[in-house]
Amino acid sequence: MAKGDPGGTTRSRRAAPRSKKGATGDPELVQLLTPEGERIDSATGPDGTEYRVDFTDEEYRGLYRDLVLVRKLDAEATALQRQGELGLWASLLGQEAAQVGSGRALRTQDMAFPTYREHGVLYCRGIDPIMPLGLFRGVDQGGWDPNEFKFNMYTIVIGAQTLHATGYAMGITMDGKVGTDDGEAAIAYFGDGATSQGDVNEAFVWASVFNAPLVFFCQNNQYAISEPLERQTRVPLYQRAAGFGFPGVRVDGNDVLASYAVTRTALDNARHGQGPSLIEAYTYRMGAHTTSDDPTRYRIASEVESWQAKDPILRVKAFLEKQQIADAAFFAEVDEQARREAVHLRERVLTMPDPEPVTMFDNVYPNGSPLLDEQRAQFNSYMESFEGSAH
Amino acid sequence: MATETLTLGKALNTGLRRALETDPKVVIMGEDVGKLGGVFRITDGLQKDFGDQRVIDTPLAESGIIGTAVGLAIRGYRPVCEIQFDGFVYPAYDQIVSQVAKMHYRSGGRLSIPMVIRIPFGGGIGAVEHHSESPEAYFAHTAGLKVVTCANPQDAYVMIQQAIASDDPIVFLEPKRRYWEKGPVDLDAPLSDAYPLHSARVVRPGTDVTVLAYGPMVRTCLEAATAAAEDGRELEVIDLRSLSPLDLAAAYESVKRTGRAVVVHEAPSNIGLGAELAARITEECFYSLESPVLRVTGFDTPYPAARVEEEYLPDLDRVLDAVDRTFGW
Repeated sequence: MAKGDPGGTTRSRRAAPRSKKGATGDPELVQLLTPEGERIDSATGPDGTEYRVDFTDEEYRGLYRDLVLVRKLDAEATALQRQGELGLWASLLGQEAAQVGSGRALRTQDMAFPTYREHGVLYCRGIDPIMPLGLFRGVDQGGWDPNEFKFNMYTIVIGAQTLHATGYAMGITMDGKVGTDDGEAAIAYFGDGATSQGDVNEAFVWASVFNAPLVFFCQNNQYAISEPLERQTRVPLYQRAAGFGFPGVRVDGNDVLASYAVTRTALDNARHGQGPSLIEAYTYRMGAHTTSDDPTRYRIASEVESWQAKDPILRVKAFLEKQQIADAAFFAEVDEQARREAVHLRERVLTMPDPEPVTMFDNVYPNGSPLLDEQRAQFNSYMESFEGSAH
Repeated sequence: MATETLTLGKALNTGLRRALETDPKVVIMGEDVGKLGGVFRITDGLQKDFGDQRVIDTPLAESGIIGTAVGLAIRGYRPVCEIQFDGFVYPAYDQIVSQVAKMHYRSGGRLSIPMVIRIPFGGGIGAVEHHSESPEAYFAHTAGLKVVTCANPQDAYVMIQQAIASDDPIVFLEPKRRYWEKGPVDLDAPLSDAYPLHSARVVRPGTDVTVLAYGPMVRTCLEAATAAAEDGRELEVIDLRSLSPLDLAAAYESVKRTGRAVVVHEAPSNIGLGAELAARITEECFYSLESPVLRVTGFDTPYPAARVEEEYLPDLDRVLDAVDRTFGW
């Protein structure tokens, strides 16, 4: 996959992302929908794989609806944090296409291992969008059943979940669930910063030597909090895969169609026993790292503006309009649904009860612990010692 | 009843074999655990008999061993991970402390990580740096982990099976200097009737001083008790077995009788297990104590060069010295 002299490749390709001309026409980038909303029939990956999608009009409209909904719910969560209802929020703004495209490419039996920003994938897995808000409000540590929804809990330590995904994928092989159309695959989400972590590199090694049915899905949103991509790598991230012995591809992460196509192909290859691959979804974090961050300290407005021109939702809307797949009534109806769901989300967050303090002692061990039983009892009697205690 | 004389290492090997036979979800993974049988041969012959999907030679990266085992556990497997030596566990420390220990809590009880992390620990084998450490306090301090250690072949055989059968994540510390020591092992007694995993045991009754030890120091303390008896002092020796959670009922009962307690471990004393034991015994047995709880431990240095480890490690004489000092108050 690596073409030519690595040093020369490095120099020429590092310049590409900075280009004001944008992603269009970049030979490295798999793209099926331009920022202007023009459909590209097929695109070729660095290993010659042809990528295309064949959606019905209804499916195109469905993807648009997903994108609008996850952006609206995300904006609502940011607002809730600003109003003191959440302790923190990690916005996905700008990364909707990478998340909806890959999330919709998952088959029911596939297992996803997210970071803490995959609200769009979570939505595609059919999990109530209130769930991550419990975590960020501080009422729980993640409220869904990973095995029921095939979507693991959010992992906050950077890159740690890539090893979990790899082990899970090894288990798929050990269960004999690869090699057929209904085989299983796993997908590990992580960011550009995580590629510097030892755990991610160990996951690459493990997945490679065990030929694990796994897709590494890296959302390169250009920043690890304040640190730009240049502080993490001298080579395009997707090219790292070559050194570990599996394919890598860079996709336009703001293109929901290409993100879908590339992920679906990678997952299907994995489930058929062809082993792991790396997808670098080239995108941009339009908002702050989290609500505690101030990106004006480390990046310039013109850069953000250049990426606004590549917005993942506007291009789908332009395409739907040009192709007359959707009309104004449809767009209004989607906006109205998004507004209603956001209001509903807000109402439910505001009424989310705080947990009973004594529940902090629960679920430390499957089999419990006499030490915790003792501390729980002491805590209860201490609380009861207060006059008028409800305990 | 099939009682055989086995080394502690062979007892572990036999226990692991039994676990592999009993539950098809048990997998062993680690560096050199396959063809080689582990550097201490604790997994000897297991890959040959159970195949390389159940006894897995892993790449050489400890975080990867534990992290992938977490994923296997989420998938329904029961991984038994071997960390080759105590001093090599630290690359896996983040996965153990931030993931293994917290996954059940984070998921509100929906996920369990039934993992065993086997670590040969402690000194006394004349090894080079990083091969003789006693890291138990790091793990015993971590909520969500349980920590146990065996001191004789019978316990080794039973406890490793109990740890694997438990749904809790368990750090299983193996006293490497005792791997070659032999003892009787009842191979037929059903696991369901076995002495509970997280219970301490009085291994020598006595009346004058209570001595608390675990892992490699149990034998040292038993030898000290034999020597003390020649001088007319009866030491009651308790093998703690479980370091988290601690089971101190027997210790409290004992100290209330003897009025004196000595804690012995190889790990350094500062903020170690001995401090926790002394604090708890003081809280529970305050009016029975004739002297402070004393600690006999390794020193607060990095583990020293092998030629001075005999002076670093607690031995019979240092234990007896502490016993004597409890009579000096």
